[in-house]
Amino acid sequence: MNTAITHDGQQDHAGDHGYQPGGFLRWLTTTNHKDIGTMYMTFSLVMFFVGGLMILLVRAELFQPGLQFMKPEFFNQLIGNHALIMIFGALMPAATGFANWQIPLMIGAPDMALPRLNNWGFWLLPPAALMLTLPFVLALFGVGDGALATGWTFYAPLSVQGGIGVDFAIFAVHILGISSIMGSINIIVTIFNMRAPGMTLMKMPLFVWGWLITAFLLVITLPVLAGAVTMLLTDRHFGTHFFNAAGGGDPILFQHLFWFFGHPEVYILLLPVWGLMPHVLSTFTRKPTYGYKAQVYSFIAIGVLSLVVWAHHFFTAGLPVPALLYFMYSTMSISLPLAVLFFCWIATMWRGSMTFETPMLFALGFIVLFGIAGLTGLVLADVAADAQYHHSYFVVAHFHYALFTGGIMGVMTGVYYWLPKWTGHRYNEKLGKLHFWLTAISFNLTFMPQFFLGLAGMPRRIPDYALQFAEFNAISTIGAFILGFSQLLFAWNIWRCVKGGEKVPAKAWEGAEGLEWELSSPPPHHSWEVQPTVR
Amino acid sequence: MSSSHAPNHTAGQHYYVPQPSIYPVILAAGMFFLALGFILKMNHFPPGPYLMLGGAGIIITVLFKWFGKVIYENQTGAYTGWEDRSFRHGMVWFIASEVMFFVAFFGALFYARNISVPILGGLEAAHGYTLWPGYSGGWPTAGPKGPSFTPMGAWGVPAINTALLLTSGVTLTWAHWGLLKNNRGQLKVGLALTVLLGVLFLGFQAYEYHHAYTEMGLTLGAGVYGATFFMLTGFHGFHVTLGAVMLTVILARSLSGHFSAERHFAFEAVAWYWHFVDVVWLFLFVVVYWL
Amino acid sequence: MNRRENLQHPRQAGRFLRALFSAGLGLLAFPALADYRFNFPEPATPMARDTLHMHNEFMLIITVLFVVVFAIMVYSMVKHRKSQGAEPAKFTGPTGKLQWFWVLVPFAMLLFIDFILMGIPAFHAVIEMEDTQTKADMVLKVTGMQWKWQYEYPDSGIKYISTLTTPRDQIENKAAKGEHYLLEVDNPVVLPVGKKVRVLITSMDVIHTWWVPQFGAKRDAIPGFLRETWVKIDQPGIYRGQCAELCGKDHGFMPIVVQAVSEPEYAAWVEKKKAELAAAANSADRVWSKDELMDKGKTVYANTCAACHQPNGQGLPPTFPALAGSKVVNTPLLSADGKLVPDTHVYRVMNGKPGTAMQAFKTTLSDVDLAAVITFERNSFGNAQGDMIQPAQIKALR
Ligand code: HEA
Ligand code: HEA
Ligand code: CUA
Ligand SMILES: [Cu+2]
Repeated sequence: MNTAITHDGQQDHAGDHGYQPGGFLRWLTTTNHKDIGTMYMTFSLVMFFVGGLMILLVRAELFQPGLQFMKPEFFNQLIGNHALIMIFGALMPAATGFANWQIPLMIGAPDMALPRLNNWGFWLLPPAALMLTLPFVLALFGVGDGALATGWTFYAPLSVQGGIGVDFAIFAVHILGISSIMGSINIIVTIFNMRAPGMTLMKMPLFVWGWLITAFLLVITLPVLAGAVTMLLTDRHFGTHFFNAAGGGDPILFQHLFWFFGHPEVYILLLPVWGLMPHVLSTFTRKPTYGYKAQVYSFIAIGVLSLVVWAHHFFTAGLPVPALLYFMYSTMSISLPLAVLFFCWIATMWRGSMTFETPMLFALGFIVLFGIAGLTGLVLADVAADAQYHHSYFVVAHFHYALFTGGIMGVMTGVYYWLPKWTGHRYNEKLGKLHFWLTAISFNLTFMPQFFLGLAGMPRRIPDYALQFAEFNAISTIGAFILGFSQLLFAWNIWRCVKGGEKVPAKAWEGAEGLEWELSSPPPHHSWEVQPTVR
Repeated sequence: MSSSHAPNHTAGQHYYVPQPSIYPVILAAGMFFLALGFILKMNHFPPGPYLMLGGAGIIITVLFKWFGKVIYENQTGAYTGWEDRSFRHGMVWFIASEVMFFVAFFGALFYARNISVPILGGLEAAHGYTLWPGYSGGWPTAGPKGPSFTPMGAWGVPAINTALLLTSGVTLTWAHWGLLKNNRGQLKVGLALTVLLGVLFLGFQAYEYHHAYTEMGLTLGAGVYGATFFMLTGFHGFHVTLGAVMLTVILARSLSGHFSAERHFAFEAVAWYWHFVDVVWLFLFVVVYWL
Repeated sequence: MNRRENLQHPRQAGRFLRALFSAGLGLLAFPALADYRFNFPEPATPMARDTLHMHNEFMLIITVLFVVVFAIMVYSMVKHRKSQGAEPAKFTGPTGKLQWFWVLVPFAMLLFIDFILMGIPAFHAVIEMEDTQTKADMVLKVTGMQWKWQYEYPDSGIKYISTLTTPRDQIENKAAKGEHYLLEVDNPVVLPVGKKVRVLITSMDVIHTWWVPQFGAKRDAIPGFLRETWVKIDQPGIYRGQCAELCGKDHGFMPIVVQAVSEPEYAAWVEKKKAELAAAANSADRVWSKDELMDKGKTVYANTCAACHQPNGQGLPPTFPALAGSKVVNTPLLSADGKLVPDTHVYRVMNGKPGTAMQAFKTTLSDVDLAAVITFERNSFGNAQGDMIQPAQIKALR
């Protein structure tokens, strides 16, 4: 019979896992894609709360005009680290967690292609997170002047001027970069080399397609970021002049390099989610995905386009007119493949037979609210109008609609959708629905006012503001706290579900299709000991 | 990227999933201490250097053991063509990421030469105002306020180095042929020559740097020219060093009879890496030294 | 301005609720609302007017898109639900010419929207925005520095610094906040109405961004580079803005205030300013008494140094060193033969410390200011050097 060999040659029979250290050591040493996936998801959840806690402090400070709780220096440290922790600590690990759990299940593989590398990729994250937060602590003991205070964008020369926190952040980025690149390589290899016989690329689940493009983007862009921060480091400590006009350098060079990574990054964050949506939609509409090919080609188009539009993040830096026009139109054209995706999502729902369990609710919330993000993104792309939006709260609102309702709510969709498969238990549906409605409503309460703040002319990254911005900030803060604490429901629901609850069959959802639903819930230790054959 | 002798797997294939391993997490810890130490050192806090040493020590030991384990598994026949293909894909994408790393630095050079320096050198004066009166741009330059220096010419040491690296590429391929037709002698000699050439290259580069610092006023501080020059050549040199080390390992393994004409992924991986370093150098030679 | 009037008393339950309500209204509220609280402030330049119109048009477009797209979705959510006994269809893509047609329509619409409806006005706006030079009547040079703005009029040689005047007490909630809290400065920029002013922008230290919302003009101030924008103000009045690029500790506290006046008033102002500067210049040649210097130094210190080194001279170590008992401050003034000695007090104040927020103040402060503030620092916060330096000496050292 066909079995996946494990452990130095002896065959592995279900249940007996050969050498398997217990307790915490199991997690330190595991080479199992499910264990590693679980660690990623857990890490992500913790970081989500840490990053959120930081910004709740910020929102508290912004509740009223005047400086209430903190010095501006500390405020600046909070916002940048909030961003880095949320993006690199919460969103990306969540996506990688999905990849680890689902890709082998979905393509019929026994495990990831490079299991030890996989484990390394995860264990690089905690040190990186430590690097970001340690300076806060050191400052308490009078070592250095706190964490990175330049915002998450590291713009030189502010970051050249900055203190030890910048160095910590630079190396955090290096370590995170290595982690993500190793993770991506592993995923690419798994997808190319581990698919079940008969599963051609064009039969591959869309989630896997989304991740494939994501992995390519990571391998292409992260090294550039690493290079940029390396130059920053030498400018800080070894007397180079990459970003200093006196030596012939240029601060704008840094912005080019950063955003060459930074813009693709936003699609890196969402492609896995866009890949996930069709699965959820077709499950809860009991209807096959609409326009599979169209979606695949859109993913590819988005991946390619995302590499050539970066300068829309610094239109006001004074680029030459031809460059402005090019980046404006290329940015706008990204709306085309995304329109295709929206169209396919809605067409998948059309004439289906819908039910509205929590994952479906989150999926629908995602579509609507991310629609707002995208459409406002479209106007941001207009150079002339951007002169007014840029570095105002309008942008902050735009990207939270993208990052929170797009990214985080997308991840929550996946978690509720796959949690039964992972744990073998049902989560509490009532609690889930409550979580959804609290999140969706308080989110809009938090960020809708920020659109108006931006239009009225409130700049980003200020700890104190003029009086005419007072009411909207107050509302936003109230919303933020409701939003924040609603997330405790999420954590609680997951915990309950892991601990126990109603058992679920292999096919946890009535309308679910795909290989992952043919394995027991939770799946066996070596997912597909016998590779299925797809026809 | 499947090579001729890596069969596509079919239903019924076995895939080797290694046992739990402690190496990855230790490696991560080592990297943490290395980075932490470096940060503290740069900011003049005492424990820096020791942490760095500790970290580096951990990293080297773990890598040694980890790769040792992989080699052992390989030698004891745990891997089939299926795993082999995973390693090949993996190596290819790793090299791809390395390429992008260099792209960042080449991009910086391109930007400085074609955008920032020309602007500083009077594009703005055309608008009737300038911040750097009397500065006319032009390459090579250390910028409006940079020190004076002599740029590095192409046809001295760099040309020799180019020749060295190109030959090393040839000797390596020659070694590969040896391996393929089971001529172990040719394999070993070829590898030894390659390593030697690599080391020679590094020697010359060290000499070049010394010369630049002591006689030419060409330092890291010499404006964008100095910055890009040392960043690009430095990182390349670093990669040559890595490549040389890996080649040495391969040589050692060949001496102890590893590799067969059919199965020698490690050899090929290192070869790819070496050729990649080679190609990067050619670009360097053209845009950094020559043009 | 009247806009700001009606925004004065923030804590009013009524408007609080109104704001809450309209915020809830959400995106749909954007274009419709005439009340500028939900849109750009009143435009005061041609550029701002264009931007506002374009913005309104775009918001309308995306609102329509939003409504159309999601109306379809909601319809389907209502009709095609299991509880309604809906049977799932099986189609996975367009079949037949007609369906293909309906698939391609929205796509074509989007193309049209992107590159015609939005693309063309955007194109013209960009061209207009970037054309800073044709028919420019005058030039204003703006230099950002941590954390204030310097304004220079090359034509008339006028040059001065503009800093925040909101008292610390208001910021720390020890006093009631004034009408223009955080948006008030000591010396506003004065510009004539109806003239096309070419604004050159640069920075001394890190990147700042010069932004006055009502002008629709926003440009980054990049150290070592010149960037440009332009303004042509319609109406006399006071226009307020803020630095828009994170530039460190006091990024939130470096506002921009523009005072637009009629042409004659502007001419008069120029003459007045010139006279002041001349007076200041030759006052540098006379001998100053220590008390005079101490008085003057106190104000200069408050405006220029206190942000970092703190009013009490304790600084914010390790980033901003204390001046009280500072090694640097308590160095001899000059060498025996009256030369400038590197890394002494005078040297540091005049030439700054590269790579830190400490600027070379000789480029921004007058001889008198320098002499005064140096003298002040040496004899305050417990520093008792007892000596003083004359403006004339500074002049000689430049
Ligand atoms: C996941 C994150 C994410 C996503 C997906 C996006 C998506 C987009 N973003 Fe956003 N963006 C950010 C995260 C994201 N962004 C962040 C973090 C920043 C700020 C960074 C910083 O400065 O700190 C930012 C900033 C930012 C800027 C710079 C603003 C400024 O600083 O001045 C711009 C400018 O062009 C922009 C544009 C866009 C565009 C055009 C898209 C497009 O991809 C949107 C495409 C989607 C649509 C167009 C909507 C879908 C279409 C329909 C609903 C169909 C309707 C039509 C029919 C069917 C007919 N974004
Ligand atoms: C994935 C990315 C992501 C996510 C999820 C979020 C989530 C949130 N963000 Fe953030 N944000 C960014 C990415 C993100 N943000 C980025 C990139 C920036 C730009 C930074 C820069 O300018 O450089 C930014 C900046 C930013 C600003 C602007 C700061 C400024 O410019 O001055 C604000 C202001 O309101 C804000 C608010 C919020 C809020 C209220 C949430 C909420 O969704 C958070 C929800 C809250 C929680 C989830 C916390 C729950 C905690 C508790 C309940 C307490 C208990 C705690 C424990 C048990 C540990 N964010
Ligand atoms: Cu100056 Cu922000
Ligand atoms: Cu972008």
